[in-house]
Amino acid sequence: MKEEIIIAGFGGQGVLSMGKILAYSGLMDDKEVTWMPSYGPEQRGGTANVTVILSDSKISSPVLDRYDIVVALNQQSLDKFAPKVKPGGTLIFDTNGIHNRPTREDIKIYPIDAMEATLEIGNSKAYNMVVMGALLKAMQYKLPMENVIKGLKKSLPERHHKLIPLNEKAIEKGASLL
Amino acid sequence: MKEEIRLMKGNEAIAHAAIRYGCDGYFGYPITPQSEVLETLEELMPWETTGMVVLQAESEVAAINMVYGGAATGKCVMTSSSSPGVSLKQEGISYIAAASLPALILNVMRGGPGLGTIQPSQADYFQATKGGGHGDYHLIVLAPSTVQEMVDFVGLGFDLMFKYTNPVMILADGIVGQMMEKVQLPEQRPRRTEEEIRKQCPWAADGRKDGRKRNVITSLELESSKMEVINHQLQARYREIEKNETRWEEIGVEDADYLIVAFGTIARISDKARELAAEEGIKVGIVRPITLWPFPTEAVNKAARGKKGVLVVELNAGQMIEDVRLAVHDNLPVEHFGRLGGIIPSPEEVVTALKEKIINK
Repeated sequence: MKEEIIIAGFGGQGVLSMGKILAYSGLMDDKEVTWMPSYGPEQRGGTANVTVILSDSKISSPVLDRYDIVVALNQQSLDKFAPKVKPGGTLIFDTNGIHNRPTREDIKIYPIDAMEATLEIGNSKAYNMVVMGALLKAMQYKLPMENVIKGLKKSLPERHHKLIPLNEKAIEKGASLL
Repeated sequence: MKEEIRLMKGNEAIAHAAIRYGCDGYFGYPITPQSEVLETLEELMPWETTGMVVLQAESEVAAINMVYGGAATGKCVMTSSSSPGVSLKQEGISYIAAASLPALILNVMRGGPGLGTIQPSQADYFQATKGGGHGDYHLIVLAPSTVQEMVDFVGLGFDLMFKYTNPVMILADGIVGQMMEKVQLPEQRPRRTEEEIRKQCPWAADGRKDGRKRNVITSLELESSKMEVINHQLQARYREIEKNETRWEEIGVEDADYLIVAFGTIARISDKARELAAEEGIKVGIVRPITLWPFPTEAVNKAARGKKGVLVVELNAGQMIEDVRLAVHDNLPVEHFGRLGGIIPSPEEVVTALKEKIINK
């Protein structure tokens, strides 16, 4: 298994921490893992992205130009990364604020209304885990849920472990969007 | 007991490794993209466990001079910074090299010149390998390409700096500083006792506790004939280091038609480019210098033999290529590809560069 994934959106949407939880889930699943952030002056409101690679074998470049899966959470990210999905690959995007939809026919496209789903759960902080749920389902659970939960526990500080049930719920909700 | 595998940023890994390898003191000053080194050390509070000193100095200049002082007493000391900060440290580094003292300096390079950008770069190759400070001196320069190597090279760096009483630099790029990967930390190496330090460093200025002859540590020698002797001693040591410590990695060199030479994370981007090129039937091999000084001249020379061309890929305008050209004597095309100012090339760009600059030329 090798999944080359980029998650891109606004700073403050939880893009980097979603990548981190994904990376930790890979770690718990005994995969080789890299997590490469677009570190920079990005802050709340700016753009942020993170490349996560999960693999059964040694990973060469942590920086890529083509991805198996692109998760785009705003128009800029969609415009930038939709053309970079490998043919046959997967594109997940949040429909909120999107006026130009992707038109490629050689990839699987999953539009999700993650914001709406998050509001239904009633905690806006769970947004990135709703997106995570959609991503995990699109990956056909190549990362088993039990290892994702272990990954969540690893990446969250102990004092936030009480939020794990909420995160689980958000992941389930996200998966139901596909 | 085997240490558990963890996920860490390169900068965090440096901090953990410093403690684990028995460092006595870290002196630093924050600068992106390596501020997590100091932050992580402050968070881990090693002064309460191993007794290691962690100090945020008032400036980079102060930090390197604290390292100079600590090293003079035989302690295992280090500092870290990024490009503009490392420029500030150069005077101190030259003094430490001249005084033949052990010290570890980490440079997590960012784009320059000047204050530049906070994005990754490899544009301090010249500074690290050819001097940086004044005078005829060399640092042992290690270039990590994985987070695990960030850990391992702290241990290796400490060993080498005491073995040769010579400063060692870990020359990393912002990518390996900022990315997270799996790491396995070493078991806790205890800090050396005062007695062990005296035994390992009989030259140390540690207070003449046993009535021994006075140890004087200085880089000043006004009598030229004596200064020449000191220089010859340094040069003899550098030849010794060249003989014993040259390190590199080769990937798929033997059956390749073309060679890429790259260091740090760029070697990994080039490795991916190698995979992509192979899909098109283009056979590429890679030499990754691990020690940038001493440079693996012979290894590059051997690897280049019989090849159709060499591409040197760097995050700069062409620095290591000078050492590659010196290594490759044959009439081979040796070309450079690099992105500048903090831009990271994709593996596809490297393949395109290989085609444009070498294959289709």
